Amino acid sequence: MRRVDLAVIGAGPAGMAAAVEARTHGLSVLVVDEQPTPGGQIWRGIEAANAARLQVLGDDYAAGLAAVRAFRDSGADYLPGALAWQIDPEGLIDVSVGGRSRRAAAGAVVVATGAVERPTPLPGWTLPGVMTVGALQILLKTSGLADDEAVLVGSGPLIWLAASQLCEAGRPPRAIVETVPCGRYLGAARHASSLFGASDYVSKGFKMMRRVRAAGVPVYRGASDVRIEGRERVSHVAFRTGRREHRLETACVALHQGVVPNPQVARLMRCAHEWSPAQRCFLPRRDRFMETSVPNFFLAGDGGGIGGAKAAALEGRIAGLRVAEKAGRATGSGYGEIERALKRDLAVRPLLEHLYAPSPEILQPADATVVCRCEEVTAGDIRHAVSLGAPGPNQLKSFLRCGMGPCQGRVCGLPVVEIVAAGRGVAHDAVGYYGIRPPLKPLTLGEIAAAADDGEELAAE
Amino acid sequence: MFERTDAGAGGQVGFFFEGSRVEARAGDTVAAAILAHGERSVRTTPASGAPRGPFCFMGTCFECLVEIDGVPNRQACMVVVAEGMDVRRQEGAREATP
Repeated sequence: MRRVDLAVIGAGPAGMAAAVEARTHGLSVLVVDEQPTPGGQIWRGIEAANAARLQVLGDDYAAGLAAVRAFRDSGADYLPGALAWQIDPEGLIDVSVGGRSRRAAAGAVVVATGAVERPTPLPGWTLPGVMTVGALQILLKTSGLADDEAVLVGSGPLIWLAASQLCEAGRPPRAIVETVPCGRYLGAARHASSLFGASDYVSKGFKMMRRVRAAGVPVYRGASDVRIEGRERVSHVAFRTGRREHRLETACVALHQGVVPNPQVARLMRCAHEWSPAQRCFLPRRDRFMETSVPNFFLAGDGGGIGGAKAAALEGRIAGLRVAEKAGRATGSGYGEIERALKRDLAVRPLLEHLYAPSPEILQPADATVVCRCEEVTAGDIRHAVSLGAPGPNQLKSFLRCGMGPCQGRVCGLPVVEIVAAGRGVAHDAVGYYGIRPPLKPLTLGEIAAAADDGEELAAE
Repeated sequence: MFERTDAGAGGQVGFFFEGSRVEARAGDTVAAAILAHGERSVRTTPASGAPRGPFCFMGTCFECLVEIDGVPNRQACMVVVAEGMDVRRQEGAREATP
């Protein structure tokens, strides 16, 4: 069995920074990541991007090259294409690579599995041709693919970033349908104080909006009552702005309502969580060194609360430094400077959280809307089960199979919590979340059987 | 229609989707290559038989499940295309084979 001082799960900004920091202090580090190359979703495909693609994706994307190089040069053992499918509180980690599972033992674990897009249950969202805005961006980053029929629907900075990148690529989207209530932009002025120190983010935001406007992309503001129509695939997206009805023809609809922590590993580890009204999701409880309620188990980056790539890297450094300090390899100094930079970088969050709070219509979908895509359970089914006495997500599994399909609740988890909390009239913390159990993703029985009696070491290529 | 916006860096690879040869770019995931080929749907659901296509492209939603080289339930967005790969749609529920 492979033994390391630190195992890092995820090779995005936070994971790479944690690994680099721990290596600086001489720790042995193993980094496990599901993607074939480092960078996470934010810098996905960056090592393969040519000059043209870097130009399209912009400076914040290109900045990832330096981070990836520092990580490659750090001397951390890096396992790409690898799934950590079980982690126990003692630091034993089962990792599947190329259909074979091996075990590693780590003195400490930094989980840096980042964010996922907030699920957006809307009428018709299961039709082929509907995807997320993040998906559109990934297609551009990894394959240079774009669809000029795309209609981007929802709320959040990623809509404007992806749209401006598509414009730069010469394939402007057909339209942007923003579900931000018009009054929110005025209300955001209340957070003007948070603009001090965050003006860089705000000016970037305006620049992206201007880029999209200049490309002639129609922008529908204050949209609501979004419906996606089609039989075997998307044909139209319909919505309202004020009293006006709109219906756009398209074969490609991209949805977005912000991002939330990917909860799977922290839930697997039974880390304590608390509901965040500001981010409208559960967050794992962490101390100032990113350590969770499970000793020697750290969570850095968007997985601990949404802060973006720069904040994620700073949190990764703090976690890496703390692991080194606990191992007696670093002194307790050095946090102050990183913490100050983190505070500055997070100054824009209250503004973004207010402005881009998710639409009521995805938090409380109409009865007929599918919420659990895998098992095709509707919001009405869930409300009915709650009225019969189902108190939380885990009981809904028995009632409805909700959350029991291939994605194991990754998509329906948060919407189910919202519907149950509203139905019971209780706080989200009282509703709780799906119990997450290993394996985190499906494995063949043959792989598990072969892992049981195999003493072969898990090693980086 | 999804179309390429740049010349890319890698070469071409060929794989089979439902028995027909499809050209992809080196580095494409199976899901990206299928979209680039003009397909939007890769399977029908076990519950109702409704058509589904790739949705999140980052391994979260499990909507892009396909059979790859005889192994069912693979996430097409997480597998990079390899020369000669045999990719099949998944229609409805899997059948258990003894």
